[in-house]
Amino acid sequence: MKKLHQVGAIVLAMLREIFDEAPYRRFLQRTGKPCSRASYREFLRQKLNVKPRPRCC
Amino acid sequence: MKRWGSILAWVVVSLLCGLAVAVIALHRGESINAMWLVVAALCSYALGYRFYSKFLATRVLAWDTLRATPAERLDNGRDFVPTNKWVVFGHHFAAIAGPGPLVGPVLAAQFGYLPGTLWILAGAVFGGCVQDFVILFFSVRRDGKSLTEIARDEVGRLGGVVAYLAVISIIVLILGVTALIVVNALKSSPWGTFTIAMTIPIALLMGVYLRVLRPGKVLEGSLLGFVMVLLAIWGGQWVAESPTLARYFTLGAPALAILIIIYGFAASALPVWLLLAPRDYLSTFVKLGTIAVLALGIIALRPTLHMPALTRFVDGTGPVLAGKIFPFAFITIACGAVSGFHSLIASGTTPKLIRRETETRMVGYGGMAAESFVAVMAMIAACVLQPGVYFAISSPAGVVGSAPATAAATISAWGFPVSAAGMASLAQEVGERTLFNRTGGAPAFAVGMAHIFAHSLGSRFLMAIWYHFAIMFEALFILSILDAGTRVGRFMFQEALGHVWRPLGRTSWYPSVLFNSGLIVGAWGYFLWQGVRDPLGGINSLWPLFGTANQLLATVALCVATTILMKMGRARYSPVTLVPLGWLVAVTFTASWQKIFDPNPRIGFLAHARQLAAVPVRAPETARLIFNDRLDAAVTAALVVLVLLIVLQSGLEWLRVLSGRKLARVHEAPFVPTRFVTDEAL
Repeated sequence: MKKLHQVGAIVLAMLREIFDEAPYRRFLQRTGKPCSRASYREFLRQKLNVKPRPRCC
Repeated sequence: MKRWGSILAWVVVSLLCGLAVAVIALHRGESINAMWLVVAALCSYALGYRFYSKFLATRVLAWDTLRATPAERLDNGRDFVPTNKWVVFGHHFAAIAGPGPLVGPVLAAQFGYLPGTLWILAGAVFGGCVQDFVILFFSVRRDGKSLTEIARDEVGRLGGVVAYLAVISIIVLILGVTALIVVNALKSSPWGTFTIAMTIPIALLMGVYLRVLRPGKVLEGSLLGFVMVLLAIWGGQWVAESPTLARYFTLGAPALAILIIIYGFAASALPVWLLLAPRDYLSTFVKLGTIAVLALGIIALRPTLHMPALTRFVDGTGPVLAGKIFPFAFITIACGAVSGFHSLIASGTTPKLIRRETETRMVGYGGMAAESFVAVMAMIAACVLQPGVYFAISSPAGVVGSAPATAAATISAWGFPVSAAGMASLAQEVGERTLFNRTGGAPAFAVGMAHIFAHSLGSRFLMAIWYHFAIMFEALFILSILDAGTRVGRFMFQEALGHVWRPLGRTSWYPSVLFNSGLIVGAWGYFLWQGVRDPLGGINSLWPLFGTANQLLATVALCVATTILMKMGRARYSPVTLVPLGWLVAVTFTASWQKIFDPNPRIGFLAHARQLAAVPVRAPETARLIFNDRLDAAVTAALVVLVLLIVLQSGLEWLRVLSGRKLARVHEAPFVPTRFVTDEAL
């Protein structure tokens, strides 16, 4: 049961990283801002206005 | 005791692998079960990972368990973040797995299941996984630098320029060809077109949801988006059945191509949060889920492969792609065996997340092995179809004829029985008007996948839903590549044109955004348009061009890797990259030569142009087709010349280093001890 819980936690962490939830949380920690529309807009501006991640064929 | 247990287990895996490969390779005239392919693949990857990648890590690359990675040294919580290895693995896999490993094997199935499967397994274990692993490792050693930067530092200025040009060419070709696959999958299909059209407002809604309603709740937003996509698939059948609505969504190839070109431009020029980012999340969500479900479906159904091991088309007369098994089977399957594009990702985001050098093995080698398994599943999906059905779907009208009765008679005469009535019934079952001449690989894959899903869930009732789910899955994949690829290409154009006139390099200056978006969309849109107007379906010309470009990029990556190994004083281990490099040079240069100069008009671009020019009374389109053939020949020649230059420059560099005429100096970041050191490292 403990093993299953660990696997679940890893999968969730993986999904949070892929779907940019973890980077957003790090952004909030780094800047000390609360979760809000303005801070999410700022996060997206910083993250997505640089060269985007390529996706393979 | 534990050691003996481990040895015994690996002996069993080796024997099982040998048995499965023998069954695949030696069975003739009888159908085999797809599980043999699954077993051969899983055992090959396990052996390759356990033994070969360990040899690469410890002997060839000599990884340093005490060395800090750039994620640790440059940790800024933004680009450089030490991340759990499984999380990096998932992140890397989500970036490398695209439609390529699904489409390539389906097209290569025309040669039979054997050549493609063997190439996928051997190519991945000894080529693709090695390339991804070593480039990731070298990028980690160089502060996460990109392939073009590493090429410039280690091979020379020319190396950097060639890598840059190869990258931009491959992006243009990838976008043109993948857009063509979507067009071929959606033409005359109101159900498919409606479903894909609906993903645009769904992505826009997701964008607003994530930015305004629930900022940052991406997983939640993606789940909602996925539910809406499922509803759109369900709703598509009502649209297809409604005479009024179906009219609006029944589009020909040219109309679809124009819509996709407009979409590509909008995705590049609009703010990313509105369309690009939500669609990327949505497609990743669907991709990861569907790949997992497909693997489970194959294991649950354990289908029989109806395609023979080898077909008569190994002689080069294939209707799907013209050209002999060598070299064309090896450039048709790029992603899934060796893909140069992966070197961009292995030297992009991934090296900035790696926590310890030892984790490059699992992420680089293991990630590619996982993608290769996706290619094996695609091969299975194509080969579970009756060969006659597969060829009826995948052959262009220019080869088999556009009338169902004529096409069925032609294919049956090849020894693959199929009837017009049977195809009509199958088309009705999947909710399409016709399945003849649906080139591009996506429809054949979708029918195979629908077959597996419908049968493993015990009901053919849902065939139509599964078919359109598969089409949506592939199209969503491809459109997210169009979004991101067009934007990456736009940034690359801006970077280059910024040297000509500085304002053109400013990524936030709107005239520059519009101009460069127009340039990149115009470039891939031209190839798309060319494919749409091609009477042979376009895939016959453009897929080999794309495969060649992708493998040429792998050649560049392996040249860079070999050069670094030589400079590291590990020349005696250089065959690990030199052998796949030599193979790729042989394959790509032969394929390029044949695509340009082969006298068969179905293979050689120039022969096709000559054939068209020889017709006394020409159609108005002929001049354009002749120009396109010559352009394709010129693009192929230019790519080969560029890569030849980097091969020659690398060769000279190796000679200088080996003869001691040049001091072997690698451009690694200085050693800093890691704080993530463990007992195992000490």
